Amino acid sequence: MSLLHKRKGNPFTEGSRELFDLAGQGRIDVFFLGGAQIDGEGSINLVRAEGRRFPGSFGSAFMYAVVGRTILFREEHSRRTLVPRVEFVSARGEPAALLTGKALFSWQKDKRRFRLESTHEKEDIREQTGFDYDAPSQIPLTPPPTAKELDLLRGPVARAIAADYPDFARRVWGLD
Amino acid sequence: MAERPDELAALIGDGALVAMPPDYSMPAMEVIRCLIRKKSKGLRLLGVPVLGLGADLLIGAGCVAEVESSAVSLGEAGLAPRFTDAVEKNLLKVTDATCPAIHTALQATEKGVPFMPLRGVLGSDLVGNRNDWKVAENPFSENDKILLIPAISPDIALFHARWADEAGNVWVGRRRELATIAHAAVKTFVTYEELRKGDMLEDELLAPGVVSSIYVSATAQAQRGAWPLGVADLYGIDDAHLALYARLAKTREGFQRYLDDFVFTPKKNSSPASSPA
Repeated sequence: MSLLHKRKGNPFTEGSRELFDLAGQGRIDVFFLGGAQIDGEGSINLVRAEGRRFPGSFGSAFMYAVVGRTILFREEHSRRTLVPRVEFVSARGEPAALLTGKALFSWQKDKRRFRLESTHEKEDIREQTGFDYDAPSQIPLTPPPTAKELDLLRGPVARAIAADYPDFARRVWGLD
Repeated sequence: MAERPDELAALIGDGALVAMPPDYSMPAMEVIRCLIRKKSKGLRLLGVPVLGLGADLLIGAGCVAEVESSAVSLGEAGLAPRFTDAVEKNLLKVTDATCPAIHTALQATEKGVPFMPLRGVLGSDLVGNRNDWKVAENPFSENDKILLIPAISPDIALFHARWADEAGNVWVGRRRELATIAHAAVKTFVTYEELRKGDMLEDELLAPGVVSSIYVSATAQAQRGAWPLGVADLYGIDDAHLALYARLAKTREGFQRYLDDFVFTPKKNSSPASSPA
C-alpha cells in the first residue's frame, strides 16, 4: 500500500515518474481514482464542469488504463457528481467498482454499464444518481465493517493517513 | 555567476518556459518571490508533473501567460485559488497534460530523441485537445495504437536543493524528477540551503542524489528557500501557512494583502529565516 506524496516512508528513489513506470510495467495491482464527475460509462472528469475549473487530470489518464483494477470512489452521491456523460473525459477505462457515500456498484464489462450491488442504508438512490444503471429486484444492504475492521481503520490506518493528510484525519477521526 | 536569489531571478527573462517541480519536491520559492518583486511577465510554466503554491503566486501576480501541467492545486489546502480564478475568467492559457506524459516528454529530451511513446491515455479528451500529441500504430505489432509525446526542452529548470558544493554540483536526494528537469532544460538555476566543501561526486553515498555541475548553470544560497514548502529532514511543509494562503487568496484583495505581507515586505515573524522547522 502506498499513499502518493507521502512525507515519510516514500518508497520511490527515482522521483515521481517511478510510480508511473512501475504502473506501466503492470506492477501495481489496485489504484483508487475519484472525480469531480463520474459517468455511467466509467469515465472520470478532473478538469472542468459547470463553468468551474478543477486542478487537472493528474496521472489518471495513464493509471486508469494500465492498472489492472481501478476502484472509482466519490463520497458525494448526487446528480451533480454522478452524471450521464462527464463534461471532460480526464480518463476512461474499465473500473473494478464504484463506491460512493451511499452505494456500491460493480462494472459490467460486456454492457459497459454499472450494476448496483448494495446501498449503505435502506433507501432508493436512483433519484440521486444522474446515470442509468442495472439493479437487482432486491437491493442488499452493504455489510457494515466488523469490529476488527473498525479497529484497523480507526487505529493504524487513521494514524498513517494523519501523517500526510492531517486535516482529513481531524475531520473523519478527530485525530490531532 | 549569481550569489543571491534575486540575481538568479534576474537571469530568468520575461516569456521564458520555466519547468518547476510540485510543492512536495523543493520548488525555489524564494526565487519565485523575487520574480514577483521584479514584475516578471509572460512566463510559461511547465509543471513537472504538477504545480502548486509557486505557480498560484506567479499567476495571481500577473507574471504568467501560459501553463502546461497535469494539475495545479494546493494539495490538502484545496484548489489553487488564483489559477482557478484566472482560468474561469479566461485570462490564462492552460494546456492540460497527464503526469507520465510530462515525464516522458522530458525523458525524450534527456535522450536527445524527438519523441517517445506512452501507454494508456487514449480515450481521454486530453488527446483530442492537444495537436502536438500524435496517435500512431506500434510499428513492431499489429492493431496496437500508442500515443507519441514530443520532447519538451524548457528554457529554464528552477528548483531548490539541500546542498551545493564547491564543484558546482547540487544534491536533491531522491527527488530525481529534479535531475530529469535539469537534464532536459537549456539552463538550470538552483537555490540551496547549505554549501558543502569539496565535490559531492567524490562521495559514494552522496553521489546518487547529485545533479552534476554539467547541468547546473547558476546557484544561489537561500536558507529556508523552499518555505513555506519543505526540504526533507530539514523542515516540513508549513501547513498553517498554506491554509492561510488558501484562505486569503480566495479574493483578489486577500491575495494582494498576502503579497504585501509575505512577498513585498515580509513580516518579521513569518520570514523564512525565523519560522520554526
